[in-house]
This record gives sequence, C-alpha cells and structure tokens, in this order.
Amino acid sequence: MAEEKFDAIVIGAGMSGNAAAYVMAERGLKVLQLERGEYPGSKNVQGAILYADMLEKIIPDFREDAPLERHLVEQRFWMMSDTAHTGMHYRSDAFNEEKPNRYTIIRSQFDRWFNGKVREKGAIVLTETTVTDLVTGRDGAVIGVRTDRAGGPIYADVVVLAEGVNGLLGTRAGLRDRPKAAQVALAVKEMHFMPRETIEARFNLDGDAGAVIEAAGTISKGMTGMGFVYTNKESLSVGFGCLVSDFAEGDETPYGLLDAFRQHPSIRPLLADAEIKEYAAHLIPEGGYKAIPQLFGDGWVVVGDAAQFNNAIHREGSNLAMTTGRLAAEAIFQLKSRKLPFTKDNLALYKTLVDGSFVMKDLKKYKDMPKLLHTHSSNFFLTYPQLVAKAMEDFVRVDGTPKLDKEKATLRNFARTRSWTGLVGDAFRLARAWR
Amino acid sequence: MHIVVCIKQVPDSAQIRVHPVTNTIMRQGVPSIVNPYDLFSLEEALRLRDELGGTVTVLTMGPPTASESLRKCLTYGSDRAVLLTDRFFAGSDTLATSFALAQAIRKIGETFGAPDIVFAGKQTIDGDTAQVGPGVAKRLDLLQLTYIQKIVACDPEARTLTVERRAEGGTQTLVTRLPCLVTMLEGVNQVRRGSIHDALRAARAEIVTWSAKDAGIEDVTKCGLRGSPTVVKRVFAPAPRSEKAAAVPVSGKAAADADALIDAILARQPSLEADLTHLAAGI
Repeated sequence: MAEEKFDAIVIGAGMSGNAAAYVMAERGLKVLQLERGEYPGSKNVQGAILYADMLEKIIPDFREDAPLERHLVEQRFWMMSDTAHTGMHYRSDAFNEEKPNRYTIIRSQFDRWFNGKVREKGAIVLTETTVTDLVTGRDGAVIGVRTDRAGGPIYADVVVLAEGVNGLLGTRAGLRDRPKAAQVALAVKEMHFMPRETIEARFNLDGDAGAVIEAAGTISKGMTGMGFVYTNKESLSVGFGCLVSDFAEGDETPYGLLDAFRQHPSIRPLLADAEIKEYAAHLIPEGGYKAIPQLFGDGWVVVGDAAQFNNAIHREGSNLAMTTGRLAAEAIFQLKSRKLPFTKDNLALYKTLVDGSFVMKDLKKYKDMPKLLHTHSSNFFLTYPQLVAKAMEDFVRVDGTPKLDKEKATLRNFARTRSWTGLVGDAFRLARAWR
Repeated sequence: MHIVVCIKQVPDSAQIRVHPVTNTIMRQGVPSIVNPYDLFSLEEALRLRDELGGTVTVLTMGPPTASESLRKCLTYGSDRAVLLTDRFFAGSDTLATSFALAQAIRKIGETFGAPDIVFAGKQTIDGDTAQVGPGVAKRLDLLQLTYIQKIVACDPEARTLTVERRAEGGTQTLVTRLPCLVTMLEGVNQVRRGSIHDALRAARAEIVTWSAKDAGIEDVTKCGLRGSPTVVKRVFAPAPRSEKAAAVPVSGKAAADADALIDAILARQPSLEADLTHLAAGI
C-alpha cells in the first residue's frame, strides 16, 4: 500500500477540529480529519450555546442550513439559596435581529452538520478511528499519527491536536501535563423533552426565541460550580457542573447536585411533566489563562479544549475552540503558502495570532478569577447567596418592622457572617480579578 | 471469486419511536445503520475473498443517502459499492425489491464479472420478512442456502460450496454448486474493523450509482409501489391485555386439579364448551 501523506491531520471533530479542518480544506490543503466517535458529534457534549460571530468568520452563511434551536433574547442570572433565588434578567427585543447573536444548539446535530461542511470542502474524514500515537521523526518532530485501525502510520506535514479536554494523546506524547483536578469541572446534563408550546409559555417566549438561566449559590453546597437551564425547540438542557477537585474532596456527587438543582422550588415548575431522554457528562476546562499549556511545537499545534481555551466567567468555550482552530489553520496555511517548514519557530505564528485575538485578551483579563473563586468558594457560593437571599426577603416581606431597623439588621448580618475585613477583602479581590 | 453482498440501510430500531396517534414509525432524527443481519453475510463474504482472492461488491437499493451505508461497507473492506436509486423504486415491497435487486445483480455480472456467490442478510430489522434473499435467488435461478451458521469450505475449481445450515432439531451439512445465494444466521461472526487504508479508500471511493434504466430495468411497472402487491391495510399498536392471568388453586390430586383448570378455562371462554361438545359429537 502506498504511503499516505497529507498536508495536515486534524485529530478530533468537535468545534475546534471542525473549524481547523474546514479552513484548511477551504484553502486547498490536503486534510485528513480523524474522529473516534461513530459520527462527528456523537462524543461531544455542551450546554450548548453557539456564538454566531465566531462561526460567521468561518462559514458566513451558516444560518441557511445549520441545525439551530433557539436564538437567545433573554439571559437570567440567578443567585440561589436553598429556598429562594435572587435574579437579574436581561431581555431585549434587539436580540430578535435578522442575524441573531447567540443560539442554543444540540451538539450531536450541530457537529454533524459542521463536519458535513468540512467534507464538502474536500477534507477526508474518518470516524470510528482513534488516534493512538503521534509518530515522531528522528529529530523529535511530529510527522504523523498511528490509529487503532490496522496499517499506517499516516503522515502529515503538521498535526492539529483538537482532541478535547482530556487531551490524552498530547499528554501521552509529553506535549503537556494532564489537566489538574482544580483545572477542570465535571458537568452533567439531562435533556428534558416537552412540547414547544409548553416551553414558550413557561419561559415567556415567541416563536424561535429562547432564554437561558444560569444559576449559582447554595445549590453547589459551597463548591465552585453552577447550574443551567437552556431552552431548545422541544427540550430543555438542564445541567450542573462543579470543579473535579471539589468533588474529590467532598461527598457530593454530580448527579446528586443535578437532582437537587432540579428539585429546587425555583426550577421544579419549569421542568414539570417533561420526559427525560438523554443523560451526558463532560469535563470543562476551567483553569483559565494560567492553565494554558505550550500551544505549538515541531510539527504540531493544539487547539480548543485540549489547550484549556475556555472562558469560565462568560462560559464561552466553543467559540474559543472555533477561533483557535481557525487561527491554527490560518497559521498553517500561511506557512504552507510561503513554503516554510512546520518547525516550532515557524508555528509560533499560531500563538502570535491567538495572542492578538480576543481569546487571549479575555483569558488574560480573568487570569486570577479561577483561583479566587476556588480558594474562596464557600464565600462566593454559600455565604453570599444566603446573605443576599435574606436581605431580599427582609426587603420584600412587609411585617411592621421599621425599614431602618431592617437595613441595619441586614448590614449586621453581612458583617457578622463574613466580617468587615472579609467583605472588603472579597470585594477587592473580585474587583482586581475582574479588572 | 466475485461475491455480491446485498445490504439495506435501515433506521436503528433501538432508537425508533412510534407516533402515539397515527401509530406510524417516526423516522425523523433516527440514525440510519446497515441492517445488522447483513453484516454477518458481509463478513463471511470478506473472509472468502481473503482466503480465495477476488472481489466483494456490495449492493443496495435505496435513497441517495443509502450511500452512507455502502461507504461503511467499503470501510469494512469491501472492494466496490453499487447504489440502485431511482424514484421508480419508491414504495417497493419484497416482490418489487427482489425484482430490482435481481436485475442489478445481472447488470453487475455483465459489468464486473458474473458473481460466484450472492450473499444477503437473513432478514431486515425494519421489514422482518426474510423474503428478499430467497426472492433474488428464485429470480436469478440460484441455488439458495438460508439460515447458514458456517461456511465449511468453498472450492472454486470444483465449483462447490459446503455449509452448515441450522435446521429444526439439528444441523444439516450441505454441499451445493456455485453460483448460489447464501443468507447467514446472526451471531456467527463479528464484522471486522477495516484497516486505515480501507477507511481511506472508502472515504475517497466513487460509489457506482445506477438508475432503473442504468441497471437494465425496462419494465418499471414491476418496481416500486406499482410493482408491489403488498398493501398495508392498517397499522396499529397492540392493545394492552385487559384480562390478567388467573391463578388456579392446586390441591395435589390430579383429577381434581384438571377439573378445576377446565372449570377456570370454561368460565373465561363460555362458548368453548359448546364448541368442544360439537366437535366430540362429530368424532
């Protein structure tokens, strides 16, 4: 059998892999994409929200045939105590625009569509094919891959590692460390099916408009984590995630937390009479800027979740994945068209492009956030939500207590529970991490 | 050796739902797979080819999307795939399907060499008739070996095939002459994982796509709905049983227990006693 050689091999068919493969194939490179799942998307789990802008940069007319669920017009942030939630909702008719900005999607369908586009551009895609090893040349440069299928190896000028959060291949090859338990969250998700009219009535929605709830507070039992409810056309994605290190230390289980979240008096009525059809679990990179590993080397680049590209504060993961995949592809295309070898020095161009994009700028902005929320998790996820809930209840409940006394009691309550120095310290740390 | 394997793309019945009102199968969003029974036949064909040399041609009739299943079969290591697709084929029952497939196999014979063995799955998971394989054999005047659990030997020189066939009460060992049609039993092998080269070849392969005319079918009235005498008169979900099983007390005395059992049956089926009396009178 003749030796197979490609311009680029992309490992993985998630958001970053599809973006990288699409852009390279579109520019005429000979691309092989390898995916271990039965079909692209079969192994991929996300909430999921798609940010249009990042996909538009890759496929401008994606709205014509991409499987989109609902465009988002309303965002709800809920701070939850055991019996209450204090919410901030933002809803705007401006989001009912001709080209909406955010959509809910179902990844198994979306990724299949996206990968279909990759194939249309001429890339060869093999599913049910797991890459087992990177093949290196005498100088240590990556020159190809071996798979779990007989035969091979398959060679390429450059290998794009879009293998996802676990990154087993890259860690096994010594390109980076395994993510630490404090750098990844474990999220579990259920799909609750119900008629679309029910969803629209419960969430006050018209047509294909959608809403999302993101909730944090005592529901995570003091751990760093959050829950969510996303509206799809005929289902709700309901999920909960916490840092793996927190799960490891305590007795809570992911499904236990999700179950408690579902039973919360603010959530339960939204899910009534639904038929639960799917369960999924996935790791989410949460390490932020400080957890980003080496992004390139001789003959390889790493993109998306595998490189910890996730903005935990804004819950942007897939768009960072798409963008880094696209930028890696652009760097590779530039080197290829200038006939330059794919050495570590030359592939540094990828890092330059990422550094210049919103990806690195955003992650840098929040570089101290993961540590702050983690080391002070019981304050941010347990103490404050309870204090806020109590303050709101006192504010709202009319029982003849003079208002001034109520306000004083609220302040005393904050000071007693968290001490003034603690409060000021947290405010200072939060402000600095946000800056 | 030239071996033709007939396959069908079917909805994954493990993931299928029945519409609560119309009782029709809801195919939307249900993934398509290669009919699992066909894979046992495909693997046997690939083994014969590996042992004796030659080529394996996979054939299906279906919509253009059925090419996905053909490509999958190429990934397993098949050499060639033929898709028979035409609007004239829509609505085919087993009679029309076996007619079209038989014509296509004749055409395959003319184009790529006469097949020595035609394989088909025992049955499909969506139609469950087990009629198409035998139908093709009859139309092509091939000897047919159904319910085969093992291919014992194939001698291309002597033009014979020896197989083990599951039969009621035991196993038959049969020797037949080529060409013939074989349907394999389920569970007799495990379809292989194609090599990386098979997978790459499959991804690049051009699937031979034939219309009815391409396949040499002149009389399209024998195809599709028009060529299908089978009529679906009614589709219904079985109603849950209204009556529950009743326990008959056991005394341990055979005659008394038999009487009690008969009484219990007659109590449930009042007309049975008269029928039995009538029958007994006839004897």
